[in-house]
Amino acid sequence: MFDDFFIRALIAGIGIALVTGPLGCFIIWRRLAFFGDTLAHSALLGVTLAFTFEISIALSVFIISSIIALILLKLQKNTKLPGDALLGLLAHSSLAVGLVVIGFLSFIRFDIMGFLFGDILAVSTSDLITIWVGGTLILFVLNKIWKPLFASTVNYDLAEAEGMSPEKANAIFTVLLAAIIAISIKMVGLLLITGMFIMPAAMARNLSNNPRQMVIISIIGGLLSVLIGLFSSLEFNTASGPSIITAALFLFILSLIKFKKNSELKQ
Amino acid sequence: MENLKKNILVKLEKAGVIQNNKWLVKDVSLQIEKGKIVTLIGPNGSGKTTTAKIALGIHKNIKGNVKKFTDKIGYVPQKISIDWTLPIRVTDFMQLTHNLENSEIENALSLTGVKHLIKNDLRNLSGGEFQRVLIARAISKKPDLLVLDEPVQGVDFKGEIALYELIKTISEKLNCGILLISHDLHVVMTATDYVVCLNGHVCCSGSPTAVANNQEYQKLFGDRASTILSVYEHRHDHTHSPDGTVKNK
Repeated sequence: MFDDFFIRALIAGIGIALVTGPLGCFIIWRRLAFFGDTLAHSALLGVTLAFTFEISIALSVFIISSIIALILLKLQKNTKLPGDALLGLLAHSSLAVGLVVIGFLSFIRFDIMGFLFGDILAVSTSDLITIWVGGTLILFVLNKIWKPLFASTVNYDLAEAEGMSPEKANAIFTVLLAAIIAISIKMVGLLLITGMFIMPAAMARNLSNNPRQMVIISIIGGLLSVLIGLFSSLEFNTASGPSIITAALFLFILSLIKFKKNSELKQ
Repeated sequence: MENLKKNILVKLEKAGVIQNNKWLVKDVSLQIEKGKIVTLIGPNGSGKTTTAKIALGIHKNIKGNVKKFTDKIGYVPQKISIDWTLPIRVTDFMQLTHNLENSEIENALSLTGVKHLIKNDLRNLSGGEFQRVLIARAISKKPDLLVLDEPVQGVDFKGEIALYELIKTISEKLNCGILLISHDLHVVMTATDYVVCLNGHVCCSGSPTAVANNQEYQKLFGDRASTILSVYEHRHDHTHSPDGTVKNK
């Protein structure tokens, strides 16, 4: 009924949405939207290095994004610049360095648009394995650190005082972010990955009154965005990545309408 | 001696913190024992919260020595703000650092008089209600050490007395040690075993009566010090209305 590439795109998209749902909630709770963006920007540098040294893109992006994230944690402790300025500094410098390196790689045919916006329809079977194995690992680790991570999200001092080692949980969480960006960059692209994090979670916030519920709704929202986005891109022949994000935007607007009705009822 | 050691929960020896080349607090020595209430008093910026954070291990890079003999700690921070983006009910907050049975949650909340708020959104509570939830959460897992940083701020007058009585009962019932930070000298003098008066360093410490009679303390608190002493000397056999008039029992 559908072409193989479309089925693969569906499986890939579902795998990514399952992981970005819960991680997106933490990104929103911890006000890290710009942080996710910074990691995604640094991914371009990772991609170029992967081409230079002929290693796997996922691995290279993961390493670079982790390094950038850990540099950021260090800078936040040791400088007086505000967090958003540091993020901007790292995002744009890694993006610029990435683009400069591309300039030196003139011998390689390099589809930069593909990495900016992703190409979920070009997903191969080995990509699927990366997504599902990597995604399962990420969710497993996230589940392990859930309690300390959530506690430190609510109040860092309290988590530290009651023996939750929040610093460790934060560092692991940062690495998980780098990991999901690494495995999804080819499919969603670095300009759209932050949208996959934030939009389903933002929609879920409008519809939930406790953290667990928000995570579940966020996952459902991500899955729906992938399904609606991919099928409409097939129907209207639009770019698949942006279609998924547009579908997420559509769901977010719907959630706003429902939210208003609810609060009217309460009054 | 062996026994005495076992009863110590936290011990600070000449502990202090330097931040931006300035001592936040310096040379604090104190120890908290099982079943005892230690209170920190002092003006704003005298290092009360910092001292509590040193005892809790929140401040890294401290000078001096801190020895902690327990991991079962309940903490009521001075300030918590819940971000709008985080949907969280009282019942979720109660289980922030440890899992609890439903009955345990309800018991702890009813001790502080807020059981009816269990399903409420944490951000919609009033200041006083929120403090009661914070205290309930801290005592819910029956800790060995309770650290309470101005636990009754924003609580109405009658509730304040009831909560301090509750804190006293808890320390006796659970046999846990309590480190209390309070502005309320009256309560400090009636409900505590040991008082540490801070002003960037320990300016005096000892039993409530000893501190109340100390000249350094009287200098620090001025006129209020002497009125407190008289409050301490009389037995409390009545309650007060919110406007301060005396109601006999």
